[in-house]
Amino acid sequence: MDNPVFHIEKLNFWYGAKQALFDVDVTIRPNQSTAFIGPSGCGKTTLLRCLNRMNDLIERTRVEGKIALHGQGLYAPEVDVIELRKRVGMVFQKSNPFPKSIFDNIAYGLRIQGVNSKNDLADRIEASLRKAALWDEVKDRLNDSAMALSGGQQQRLCIARAIAVEPEVLLMDEPCSALDPVATAKIEELIQDLKKEFTIVIVTHNMQQAARVSDHTAFFYLGKLVEFDVTTKIFTNPANKQTEDYVTGRFG
Amino acid sequence: MELHFDHELTHLKEMLLRMAALAEQSVADALKALVERDDELARKVDMEDVQLDRMEIDVDREGVQLIALRQPKAGDLRFIVVAMKVATELERIGDQAVTIAHRSRELASEPPVKPLVDIPQMAAIVQKMTHDVLDAFVYIKPDLAREVITRDNEVDKLREQVHRDLTELMVKDPSTITRALNLMTVARKLERIGDHATNLAEDVVYLYEARDIRHQTE
Repeated sequence: MDNPVFHIEKLNFWYGAKQALFDVDVTIRPNQSTAFIGPSGCGKTTLLRCLNRMNDLIERTRVEGKIALHGQGLYAPEVDVIELRKRVGMVFQKSNPFPKSIFDNIAYGLRIQGVNSKNDLADRIEASLRKAALWDEVKDRLNDSAMALSGGQQQRLCIARAIAVEPEVLLMDEPCSALDPVATAKIEELIQDLKKEFTIVIVTHNMQQAARVSDHTAFFYLGKLVEFDVTTKIFTNPANKQTEDYVTGRFG
Repeated sequence: MELHFDHELTHLKEMLLRMAALAEQSVADALKALVERDDELARKVDMEDVQLDRMEIDVDREGVQLIALRQPKAGDLRFIVVAMKVATELERIGDQAVTIAHRSRELASEPPVKPLVDIPQMAAIVQKMTHDVLDAFVYIKPDLAREVITRDNEVDKLREQVHRDLTELMVKDPSTITRALNLMTVARKLERIGDHATNLAEDVVYLYEARDIRHQTE
């Protein structure tokens, strides 16, 4: 098997006294998109947020077990969390552009990385916007406020911002849940283009979306991983009855 | 906007076109084997059938996956459903070709029972029907598909004619019975190919007009 990007083994997670994940084992493969699905409270977002240690920002959380990024323990004391989040970017449920121009939204992370020359910035920004399928819509108004964009455009801007710093992995937490069907379709198309260059992990409430955009699907229920397999298998012949009931809409 | 899904649909269509070309080839080979008494060609038809069987499975698997993963709607949904039916018909056309080829081999080992007249004519019609219905499928011509259906009567009539002639021959000269029965089978298989072409034509009309014209008596 190709070298996994993430190797997750016997992962347990607690919010205070409440356990949210139980002995989860998942492997994330490179240049594929992996979807986490399951009913609310199943732990899918918690697991996603473990992958770039976003849960560190929440007090009284505790993690046990193993998550390795290319073999290196993610929770090892020597890990630089800022560096980690550069390698593992994230796009959130609600688009959250900075109240700045379109240009500056993307330039922000690049400047922190030390890209300062005007030409370099312009090139990298154009490349990111093109990859996010937004360039044609905004190329004539890069200095306009990002807040003036539509919801779908804002979300693609956030994707452009995330990929501008050239992460290896892109985590997406229900990236379409606030979007209309047309904007959703655009993001879904984008995901399939992006995985040529990035490894994608997406959490979605919408299992049809998981079917459309992912290569592998993990189904969670009550903090446990019920089934993890190639998406085709999950949606045509799942091994587990609970998975079948969920994907056929009979439960959850 | 062109979607990734469009590429998947195109891929499925290409699979079908390869399968259609092979099914047509297989019928042509079987008939050539019959007319030219060519044993080698008859063997080739067997190998083509193995390929057609595999292609049918591939098309069905692809179709099921697209339905499960892409939730196709409207024309996309009809296309995938029809693609799976087309694959079934093409595979069956391949089966008919195999039987024709087998009977041809038996016939080739004995002197001709009579000059072939009606059978080549039937063959020409069903080959044209098959070819035209596949054209109708590829080039979005539901009218051509409807027209193909009307030709099936002619095939049925010719088959009855062949049946009568051969029966007469067997009554007159019982030594021809084995060979005449083989020819009757060939005629029946050609008629079946015409039926498959008709089924394909009905599927093509459904695909492009969303109208189910099966089982309608005029």
